[in-house]
Amino acid sequence: MNLLALVFVNLGRNKIRTALTLMSVMVALFLFCALRGVLDTLQESIKAGAETRLVVRNAVSLVQPLPQSYKPRLEAIPGVARVAKSNWFGGQDPNDAKGFFAQFAGDDDYIPIYNDDVEIVEASAAPGPVALPRGADPRLAAYYAEQTACIVGRELMTRKGWKLGQTITISGTIYPGDWPMTIRAVYRAKQKNFGEQTLLFHYTYLEQKGMGGSGLVGIYILQLADPQRAGDIAKTVDAMFLNSSFATLTESSQAFQAGFVSMYGNVPFLIGLLGIAVVFAILLVAANTMVMAMRERVSEFGVLKTLGFEDGTIFTMVLVEAAIITLGGGIVGALAAKYMLAGVNLGFLPPLTIYWSTIATGIVIALVIGAVSGLVPAWQASRLVIVDALRRVD
Amino acid sequence: MVMVDVRNVRKVYRRDTQEVPVLDGLSIAIDEGDFVGLMGPSGSGKTTLLNLIGGIDRPTSGELTVAGQALGPLGGRALAKWRSRTIGYIFQLYNLIPVLTAEQNVELPLMLVRMSGKERRDRARHALGIVGLADRVKHFPRQLSGGQEQRVAIARAIVSDPRVLLADEPTGDLDRKSGDEILELLARLNREHQKTIVMVTHDSHAAERAHRVVHLDKGVLSA
Repeated sequence: MNLLALVFVNLGRNKIRTALTLMSVMVALFLFCALRGVLDTLQESIKAGAETRLVVRNAVSLVQPLPQSYKPRLEAIPGVARVAKSNWFGGQDPNDAKGFFAQFAGDDDYIPIYNDDVEIVEASAAPGPVALPRGADPRLAAYYAEQTACIVGRELMTRKGWKLGQTITISGTIYPGDWPMTIRAVYRAKQKNFGEQTLLFHYTYLEQKGMGGSGLVGIYILQLADPQRAGDIAKTVDAMFLNSSFATLTESSQAFQAGFVSMYGNVPFLIGLLGIAVVFAILLVAANTMVMAMRERVSEFGVLKTLGFEDGTIFTMVLVEAAIITLGGGIVGALAAKYMLAGVNLGFLPPLTIYWSTIATGIVIALVIGAVSGLVPAWQASRLVIVDALRRVD
Repeated sequence: MVMVDVRNVRKVYRRDTQEVPVLDGLSIAIDEGDFVGLMGPSGSGKTTLLNLIGGIDRPTSGELTVAGQALGPLGGRALAKWRSRTIGYIFQLYNLIPVLTAEQNVELPLMLVRMSGKERRDRARHALGIVGLADRVKHFPRQLSGGQEQRVAIARAIVSDPRVLLADEPTGDLDRKSGDEILELLARLNREHQKTIVMVTHDSHAAERAHRVVHLDKGVLSA
């Protein structure tokens, strides 16, 4: 028996209360780490863009289109290596309407632009010789050979239980109707923040079946030969179309992603606020528990002091007791968040990522909760006048 | 040798704005190895005197010297350390920690001393053996009778081998038979282990065990 053992014995005094307090801290830290993970994932999604790419969109808003006729003019700008058309599709799986995943239509130049970000890990065999776009992965021959083919992220394949070669149907919301597509390739993200939850398909399929030859496109993605010239090229592009009916806003793909995230409005702020509120609420719960636990043991502190326990020893014991509860709950809650929520699908954001730094922050917060909640009762216990404390026995 | 020397001690409690004198210029000397019974009506200052001798309360004025140590100059930490080495305290209601076994309760004072866990356990068991509870070391207080609980409390009081035992109505909550056993135990500790004992009691039967009985009334010694 030593002082630490005595602290643990005291923790076991009221097992239900200790367990409930520990669980409340656990849930709070689980929530804190989860919310912080969402914020980190939002931030991470901004980094998914590369410096070698620019995104050209309508200057009015992201949802306004641009003419397809801009493509050759963009390709002609010095320093632009490649231009791809892309369009948000916004469909859903009719068998799982709430299971959101992103779908983009892209032209033949689209996939090669992302060669550094994705790798084809599974692909169907091509029916015969196929003319591939410049720089395209030869394994995508079957995809390029078939207008209704699509490429799916590995995690999305697993989540949906789809198989290579399977024909799936997507229900269009922006472009109504059923859209059968055959999975001809599966990609994996080379960088985690790129995500593996997206479906990519041919722009011609969308244009012919859904856009009725409107000649419009959602955005252009420019691959740059020299990233150092990104600023100049962006200015050139926007100047080129300044006085047209479809003025452009050209920005780095990171800035574009940040703009996309900003559409969440103040949600990140609210998430942060919620995290702080949860932690503060639990601080009060822990403090209340510690005060109650100490009040019940006033006479025992009197006895310990009579036996020669110093004020500092009593103070430390109470503080350690509080810290063990909150630290225990904090560690379990933070790790549970890390291992239970990591990789959870967040729609068109990358999968939820909870960093070890978040876990460490959570554990430090748990320690601080322990220290703060234990401070007042520890001080009170240490300052007890022995004869007053012993009188409580009677 | 004088073990406890109380000189002209006054103790006044404050209740709101009122001053309540409990001890009024009390002086008493207790020799080493003595067994003194403190008797007197409720409110006469018996427990207050015991608390002052034990260093768990401080006098308003006057001097106390116990086991050669003047208590007045000692600060809080030094007093706590001195108490752990010099004083064994026995309460009327035993005041055992309910979640600790008899052995663990007895180990408590030894936690303040640097020693191995095994040595601590051995000494606790030895103390429990002295009070006749060698077979109850793993029992919790709720599993013991009142007399046994008080014997555990006595084992706790003697485990660090203090020179002075202070007992505040140690038989006050016990039946006659158990009370007699506790008194016999205290007498034996005084006789065989040379402990100086100061015992507060209301019970004249208990006081008969003491070598001498001191009566207090309204904060002063009476005849």
